[in-house]
Amino acid sequence: MTINRRKFLAAGATAALAAPFYARLGLADDPIKFVSILDQTGGLDIYGRPMVETTKMAIDEMNAAGGLLGRQIDLKVYDPQSSIQFYTQYATQAAAGDRADTVHAGITSASREAIRPTLFRYETLYFYNVQYEGGVCDINNFCTGSTPAQTVEKLVPYCMGKWGKKVYIIAADYNYGQITAQWVQKYVRDNGGEAVETEFFPLDVTNFGPTIKKIQAARPDMVMSALVGGAHVSFYRQYAAAGMNASVPIASTTFGVGNEHRLISAEEGNGIICAYSYFEEIPSEANMSFVKRFKDRLGDDAPGLNELAARSYEGAYLWAEGVKAAGSVDRMQVIDALRTGIGYDGPSGRVQIEPKTNHAVQNVYLAELQNQSFNIIETYENQPPSDTLLVCDLVADPTQSTFKFENGLKAAGIDI
Amino acid sequence: MDLTLSLILQIFYVIANLALISLGLAIIFGMMRVINLAHGEFLMLGGYTVVVATNNGVNLWFAMLVLAPVVVGAIGVVVERLLIRWLYGRMIDTLLATWGLSLFFIGIITTIFGASTSTTISPPLGVVSIGEYTSSGYEMLLIGITAGLLVAVYLVLKYTALGLVARGTMQNPDMAAALGVSTSRIYMITFGLGAAISGFAGGLLAPVTGVLPTIGAIYIAKAFITVISGGASILAGTASASILLGGINGVVTFLTGPTLGEVALLAAAIILLRFMPTGITGRLFRKSQ
Repeated sequence: MTINRRKFLAAGATAALAAPFYARLGLADDPIKFVSILDQTGGLDIYGRPMVETTKMAIDEMNAAGGLLGRQIDLKVYDPQSSIQFYTQYATQAAAGDRADTVHAGITSASREAIRPTLFRYETLYFYNVQYEGGVCDINNFCTGSTPAQTVEKLVPYCMGKWGKKVYIIAADYNYGQITAQWVQKYVRDNGGEAVETEFFPLDVTNFGPTIKKIQAARPDMVMSALVGGAHVSFYRQYAAAGMNASVPIASTTFGVGNEHRLISAEEGNGIICAYSYFEEIPSEANMSFVKRFKDRLGDDAPGLNELAARSYEGAYLWAEGVKAAGSVDRMQVIDALRTGIGYDGPSGRVQIEPKTNHAVQNVYLAELQNQSFNIIETYENQPPSDTLLVCDLVADPTQSTFKFENGLKAAGIDI
Repeated sequence: MDLTLSLILQIFYVIANLALISLGLAIIFGMMRVINLAHGEFLMLGGYTVVVATNNGVNLWFAMLVLAPVVVGAIGVVVERLLIRWLYGRMIDTLLATWGLSLFFIGIITTIFGASTSTTISPPLGVVSIGEYTSSGYEMLLIGITAGLLVAVYLVLKYTALGLVARGTMQNPDMAAALGVSTSRIYMITFGLGAAISGFAGGLLAPVTGVLPTIGAIYIAKAFITVISGGASILAGTASASILLGGINGVVTFLTGPTLGEVALLAAAIILLRFMPTGITGRLFRKSQ
């Protein structure tokens, strides 16, 4: 048989098309595919870069310890550049092109909502390792970060008890800020207080002067901030420059997650109180070892560790626990295994999947900022995601894939 | 009463802020017809100059008042010599080139200093109290500095030989060249001056807003809107547009909230340009600088 160009191309194409199938059948110890999609450039990079570093550290540690099920794990990291359009593109690439065994992705709620339906449709297991406003009810999506019922519910009564009952709420103007502000209003009222004003800020606002005057006119006992991103850090500077931090203290659901406490001076930040499921300053053995390994790995360039970074690490290990228990990377088997109440003991303490919501039962810490470092003042162990539990039951109906708080809390039937 | 007074001061600050971020752009655009999309990055570079200098032990006032304009002015001169001077009269090409320049500056600063930068300089001067209301003393100073800057630019343009030659060159470069003026040198100086004023503004704002490699993007839209609304005359245009747009923004932000405040600013600019397509000074104060 002579080989002309046409025959050669035809044979080549057949072989190329068939190759993946042979590869899949032939080599059982192909690497497991772990895809991470997190912003490393653009406005959200202050959040994304530490998350990518801890994800890399988790996968490297797993591989050094022999991998999972005797297979190595192949980590692929995409940078969506703080653009939603790239999120959908890379999620499709991860699911359909890379055939990822798991995708850990998304920082803002907007990015999560852009890719969650895609990954559900492609039947690709999805982890979202970020604190958010709660309400995702999706069999395919594990939301391991803290939600308002775990953090805000502790933060509001503590601060109201310490400072007083009149609360002025300021928040970023997109779904996280809007919904979180509603949670704050609810918890303020539940604790017998009053939300005197709620204001929303587009992400590029840098002049907070008029708002600071309004706060002075309203005379609240405290300010509750859910501001987001680099531009909003100016609020804390201008607030201190107007001498307000001495008279009306601040609590925040977001401050510190982008390492904001390292970006402003000690005097400007002193006294701010926050609640998260992780602080770098947690004094446990597991955490001190985690922090040391991270600093050794990155040297002087190591960014500060916060809930997003630590949970990205723990999220990867939680998925690995699911794979080990299932004895397979098959999506449904891993989901079922995770939903039996599997947990992982990480730097933040135990993180365990709650099967009705696919959210995490986790420890929550309350801390006060002093000299650019958080002093932990309260620890609440094993907090359930009781906000999402109000609206979601995946045990009763495991086919769901919705975001229940898309139109706010009232639309979800929660009294605020 | 106290509230009204402190609110008026606050609105003055919003106006001064707009004028401060726009003036450098107004000089480059108004005098040279160069659309400088890297204007925001000049402001950003001024901020970084101040932060880096103070982190290395330089006095804050010296860094803000001297170093920032000198460093960014020098960068402006280099940019003009290497890039802009090949593109005079080609508006779309300058637009593309300065956009590329803006991406280049963001990239290089991110590479050197990382995505987020610790700005531990607080606004100096403490707090000014008006009855029960307090304002940042530094913000009050910025109002004064902005007014002073506008006056200084006016005096330079109106009463110095350089100002006269520069205005002549902008009006009719061929005639100026025929009279023995080196127009290329005048362009270089004007661009450098515009950049220096942008750097000065960026340095002054660094303690108030902090610095980020991408902070220029926050300023540039507002600066352009102010300059276009102001129209042909650099100083009267910048000042009148800042007063109008800043005033509207400040009042609406206080009455409703920042979202509507921004909307009101943009809506005012659109309505203004519908009725005065050449800006405020295209219709009013036509003889002004």
